[in-house]
Amino acid sequence: MYVAVKGGERAIDAAHAWLAEERRGDTSVAELSVAQIREQLALAVNRVMAEGSLYDADLAALAIKQSRGDLIEAIFLIRAYRTTLPRLGVSLPLETAEMAVSRRISATFKDLPGGQILGPTFDYTHRLLDFKLAAEGEVAAAPTAPASLEPVPHVTGMLGRDGLIQSEAYGNDTPSDLTREPMELPASRPLRLQAITRGDEGFILSMAYSTQRGYGRTHAFVGELRIGAVAVEMEIPELGFSVEIGEVELTECETVNQFKGSKTEPPQFTRGYGLVFGQTERKAIAMSLVDRALRWKELGEDFTGAPAQDEEFVLMHSDNIQATGFLEHIKLPHYVDFQAELEMIRKLRREAMAHKEAAE
Amino acid sequence: MTPEALLGGFQTAPIQSARAFRAALEAMARPGTIWEVEGAMPPTPMSVAAGVLLLTLCDGTTPVHLGGSLDLPVVRDWVTFHTGAPLVAAEDARFALGTWADLTPVNRFAIGLPDYPDRSATLIVEMPRLDAEGARLTGPGIKDVAHLSLPETQAFRANRALFPQGFDTYLTCGSRLAGLPRSTIVEAV
Amino acid sequence: MPSAQTEPNPRKLWMGLLARCAPARLAALMPDLPPHDLLRGPEIGAVMVQGRVGGTGQPFNLGEMTVTRCSVRLGDAVGHAHVQGRDRAHAIRAAVMDALMQTEQAASFEATVLAPLKAEESAARALRAAKAAATKVEFFTLVRGEDK
Repeated sequence: MYVAVKGGERAIDAAHAWLAEERRGDTSVAELSVAQIREQLALAVNRVMAEGSLYDADLAALAIKQSRGDLIEAIFLIRAYRTTLPRLGVSLPLETAEMAVSRRISATFKDLPGGQILGPTFDYTHRLLDFKLAAEGEVAAAPTAPASLEPVPHVTGMLGRDGLIQSEAYGNDTPSDLTREPMELPASRPLRLQAITRGDEGFILSMAYSTQRGYGRTHAFVGELRIGAVAVEMEIPELGFSVEIGEVELTECETVNQFKGSKTEPPQFTRGYGLVFGQTERKAIAMSLVDRALRWKELGEDFTGAPAQDEEFVLMHSDNIQATGFLEHIKLPHYVDFQAELEMIRKLRREAMAHKEAAE
Repeated sequence: MTPEALLGGFQTAPIQSARAFRAALEAMARPGTIWEVEGAMPPTPMSVAAGVLLLTLCDGTTPVHLGGSLDLPVVRDWVTFHTGAPLVAAEDARFALGTWADLTPVNRFAIGLPDYPDRSATLIVEMPRLDAEGARLTGPGIKDVAHLSLPETQAFRANRALFPQGFDTYLTCGSRLAGLPRSTIVEAV
Repeated sequence: MPSAQTEPNPRKLWMGLLARCAPARLAALMPDLPPHDLLRGPEIGAVMVQGRVGGTGQPFNLGEMTVTRCSVRLGDAVGHAHVQGRDRAHAIRAAVMDALMQTEQAASFEATVLAPLKAEESAARALRAAKAAATKVEFFTLVRGEDK
């Protein structure tokens, strides 16, 4: 039975008015500007861009302000906005080897060409609250040192020269796009990477951690982690050549994984790959572990039943907007469904009681 | 790119494309009705209505096939500049534009898959005239019966037999258009 | 055209510079625009950005970025722009600038607009690289296990 009901409009309007007031908070405290969020909560902005799957720092900052800092709500706002944009084209594949790096480290090679560049990292901080930040004050300029503007080579390229690591087959196939066509399983690796890079950071982190604890172990080391700016280039039909249309900050992680070989592959290192919008280091590392775990079939490894190896489990549950949409909808009116269940329980109870009385 | 190809797009794309989309939607929802559209000035011999449909419905993800009489450099450039749609052979097209003679045989066009009947082509047929007379139309979106000056009936009857697969059709003439979805039952009179 | 691959296309270079620059900076350098006709846009949209599997393999869809495009006609010259972000004025200015660079006034606009943009971009990049270089690790060995 379907019963259409209406009402509650006045209550909804009042609720939204109160929400706006609560969002502003105590008016004796200065209001946050979108620019302040963009500049000073940059890592939240980066997460919203990565999982909202739209690179636009001002929009992400606005979404964070509107959502009162609820990042999943902010990601929802960005996803909704991006559906209103016409698709003007597709970029050429990014050349991450050309990245202007602000951070670049390797856990596998101490002395690598270009060096270990720490960048603006939380690593090696003592994780002690800095009460100086509670007071406003000037920040001293960071030190500088003579620099080369030359790009630094990928670590995996160095291993690849000796055939010690599996190589990635170069190609220019058009990848399927899960924002345009429903995801079909089994998914190609390009489609899996698209799903993971926009997936929920917490979910991808937990999946990656589960592989480290033994559920689909892949023995991963971070071969290279780099953060920096990469130019985005696109073919422009009316020009007949490609031009740079902007620049994005990215985090790229390549893992080097132990691999004893299989029926089809010789013993060599294998790779997991993570590439995420913004400075999003935890997500990129986790992405590369999950990518590697999902590759068991193509590398001829055994399926051990681990969640991180299960493509359907990972890809169908990684999107936090799908997840929260389905989760939160159960709080919305289900009066009729519930009424039907209530009737059924009452009936079953009556029958059970009657049965019991008859038996006595 | 020919200078002529850079002209004739929407001037106020959000408003014009929204109005055109409404007309395209109504035309497909009510087969046999004829709608007036405006806003595009495509190069000859493309009609205004066909130009409006391309600007409204096509982008880089919708491959377009140009039938013989429209497969001209200036038309190709216009479609590329204003929509970004790749130009392809009939078999790969999501949209196909041409006269009926250009587009036949129509069994070359995608009819979708049983699981995804939406992965099919939409034909935009340039007509010498378009009137609410001629072939008899019945089916979804038609209260009793409608009439439309179709180029033929047999091809549309064969297409109806494929339902839920099949192609959908727009008929265009000057600044007017009509829709003929795959669900419409067509009979000669 | 064997030289096409080795010599950078100057138009490609200035279009990239105009796309990357801060809209406010471009507006400050060219506050007044000459009369022009809009051929297309300015229109805000999205471009799907692709990466490659493992950095070097098959392409995959990474996510979209906002882009505003515009095409203008200025006399006989046609200027095009695709610029990052959602600033319509930025796209119009970049397209007008692209058209101006095809006219006799190119040298003058090169000096007053493009050269400062280029210099500022280079300085910003150099500063960032210098800060990164200051965080480069200099390893020195304390004890080697086999020396015992």
